[in-house]
Amino acid sequence: MFPELGQFALVLALLLAAVQCTLPIYGAWRNNGTLMGIARPAAAGQFVFVVLAFAILTWAFVSQDFSVAYVAQNSNLSLPWYYRFPAVWGAHEGSLLLWILILNIWTVAVAAFTRHLPDALMARVLGVLGAISLGFLLFTLLTSNPFLRHLPALPDGNDLNPILQDPGLIVHPPMLYTGYVGFSVAFAFAIAALLGGVTDGAWARWARPWTNVAWAFLTLGITLGSWWAYYVLGWGGWWFWDPVENASFMPWLVGTALIHSQAVTEKRGSFRAWTILLSIFTFSLSLLGTFLVRSGVITSVHAFASDPRRGIFILVFLGIVVGTSLLLYALRAPKVAGGKPFRLLSRETLLLVNNLMFVCAAAMVLLGTLYPIIGDMLGIGRISVGPPYFGFVFPLLMLPVVLLIPFGPFFRWGVADWRGALRSLRPALILVIVAALAAKLVFLHAPLHAIVGVAATFWVGAGIVAYALKRWREAPAGHRYTPEMLGMILAHFGLAVFLAGVLITGATSVERDLSFAPNQSQQAAGLDFRFTGVTRVQGPNYLADQGTVEVRDGTRLITTLHPQKRQYSGQQMQSVAAIQGGVFRDIYVALGDPLGNDAWAVRIYVKPFVRWIWFGGLFMLAGGLTAAADRRFRGKRIVTDEPASIAAAPAQATA
Amino acid sequence: MTPTRKRRLIAVSLILAAIGIAAALTVLALSRNMSYLFSPSEVLAGKAPDGASFRLGGVVLEHSIKRAPGSLTVDFIVTDRFREMPVQYTGVLPDLFREGQSIIATGQMQDGHFSAREVLAKHDETYMPKEVADAIAKAKAAEAVQHAGNPH
Repeated sequence: MFPELGQFALVLALLLAAVQCTLPIYGAWRNNGTLMGIARPAAAGQFVFVVLAFAILTWAFVSQDFSVAYVAQNSNLSLPWYYRFPAVWGAHEGSLLLWILILNIWTVAVAAFTRHLPDALMARVLGVLGAISLGFLLFTLLTSNPFLRHLPALPDGNDLNPILQDPGLIVHPPMLYTGYVGFSVAFAFAIAALLGGVTDGAWARWARPWTNVAWAFLTLGITLGSWWAYYVLGWGGWWFWDPVENASFMPWLVGTALIHSQAVTEKRGSFRAWTILLSIFTFSLSLLGTFLVRSGVITSVHAFASDPRRGIFILVFLGIVVGTSLLLYALRAPKVAGGKPFRLLSRETLLLVNNLMFVCAAAMVLLGTLYPIIGDMLGIGRISVGPPYFGFVFPLLMLPVVLLIPFGPFFRWGVADWRGALRSLRPALILVIVAALAAKLVFLHAPLHAIVGVAATFWVGAGIVAYALKRWREAPAGHRYTPEMLGMILAHFGLAVFLAGVLITGATSVERDLSFAPNQSQQAAGLDFRFTGVTRVQGPNYLADQGTVEVRDGTRLITTLHPQKRQYSGQQMQSVAAIQGGVFRDIYVALGDPLGNDAWAVRIYVKPFVRWIWFGGLFMLAGGLTAAADRRFRGKRIVTDEPASIAAAPAQATA
Repeated sequence: MTPTRKRRLIAVSLILAAIGIAAALTVLALSRNMSYLFSPSEVLAGKAPDGASFRLGGVVLEHSIKRAPGSLTVDFIVTDRFREMPVQYTGVLPDLFREGQSIIATGQMQDGHFSAREVLAKHDETYMPKEVADAIAKAKAAEAVQHAGNPH
């Protein structure tokens, strides 16, 4: 297949995107059904051409067409077939195409599953999604065309960056992008609501399942990224507050605020304007994340050589998106505070605190991430803001959230019975005190924050379990847990699991860099590590030094680990750690440099409970998806929504 | 006060309190945790803080990596191609660390050499961190000025 066909397909997709973002919105304004009806076919057509372009680029990788410059830069003859697929998104141009493909998948899904919603609203939603697609297609065609030829064709390509030659790469970027891009749907609903004039919170109900799914995928993407950094980057940590990590974390924080505020807007009609603003912020931060990763303005472990023109394009695009949405917001946001009244002690107030803390945390991360750029512009010097900044402020901002989260489900909408809630949480509180004392007795040398961590974990975990039990006892069978409620329970429980992982790992991990002579044994974390030497191993496209380390507990052999230091054909080095994973403990061994006289540097980590960090993320993923599956979100054709939302509210209020 | 006003008052005071606390914490943490990057020329000109942590950026000088056999401690020289700074580090070096590669080391001055606690080399070997490139350009400019004012 000719790569030029791929470029041609992108141009056709661009034209359809231009149609999709103009005619339906105009039609919705003029109440012209024919023009509004163009939205769905245009979206479908655009999708077909984007898929075609993506398939052509994939084929160029699979068939190793080195006349395509992008393929030649990111692949070579010895690249195993299973890494040729993820190599498509291994660098800038292809990952941008993946971004567009995922945006189109979301758009087509929205078009397909919203036939019961008002035509004018959907014409506007699809129009806004078309406009975003238009921007990114322009970006690809003008600055980052993946189909550029390099003639004459090279005999062999450069190689895929070895750090990316890992199963993690196959899934991490698509999941992350699915989350990032998915927030465009919430954004499109918010803009459509502004364009059409906000009358009630109905749009929030229609947007909610999409936001929840996007949030769930972003959670998964960040979890996978953290896991990947743990075992590929070989630093043994799970989060580094690196600008690129922050870029994905900021939309997650604001997105978490958004899924909670959407619930308030849907059920009570309150926070209407705020929910719209959050939708705009969340998507803007997704765009900002793309800008930070792609422009190279920031020094990051992920930073690759990049082209400043691209940064400028995204910055201008970001400016247009944020500028027009905020202008529209200023002109059209609901002026009158609507919704049902609520007292100080109510679920609304708790969710308000949640929103404030998450937005403040996102602002704090944003400031720390952008500070080096600001410093550079103001001529202060070449500053970097280290992990201690984030590590100090972030937990403090999240402390109120952790303290209040068990109260959330027990507090009613409108006005809450705080004594009743406290009574229900009494068993949880007792458990927290017992657990903290037990932790203090078992780990005599544990630092204070480890004890606090145990207490926080039990508080969040036992709090949500208490709620699940109460519901089980009091609600009639068959009506105990709606999927929405079950999703909340799963996600909050996931937070407890995550906290356990973070705090126990942080307090009890052992990290040692040791020098080993052959057949030498050394102790770390009460275990015996015996290094037997290094041998040469030939892989499919690399040559590796492979160390052998036997791990013993006393005399019992626990495991034999084989960390590698690989030399790829492109002369790049990549060390691959060997990990004995377990639910309660990871033993992690990485091979460093040869130190002379057959001695080697070996990095040894023993990390209790580290996997709970990612298990927690998986619970949150399950929670987001379960909540989105609630039948309430899949309605029949709705003309006016008000009666339905009133009917739904009391059922939830008794929760 | 009407319920609506009361509610708004609560909301506004909550928001202000949260923002105030967050801002105070942030400023405090920022002022404590900023670290500056200097090139060897700047360090030798006395611009780096004495006895405090900072980041040193530059290129690992060719044939400068030395270590005693079997020891985790490694000595090398970081250069901006004008001045040189000896660096000492104990531990496992990153994969992309090698002679001629640009790196950023975090640590402090100790007895005339830079004692590094962390050494970073980037994923992409053709990539030079913008900060290091700037530092080298700056050192070059400073050198040019010195030559112009000192025509020997």
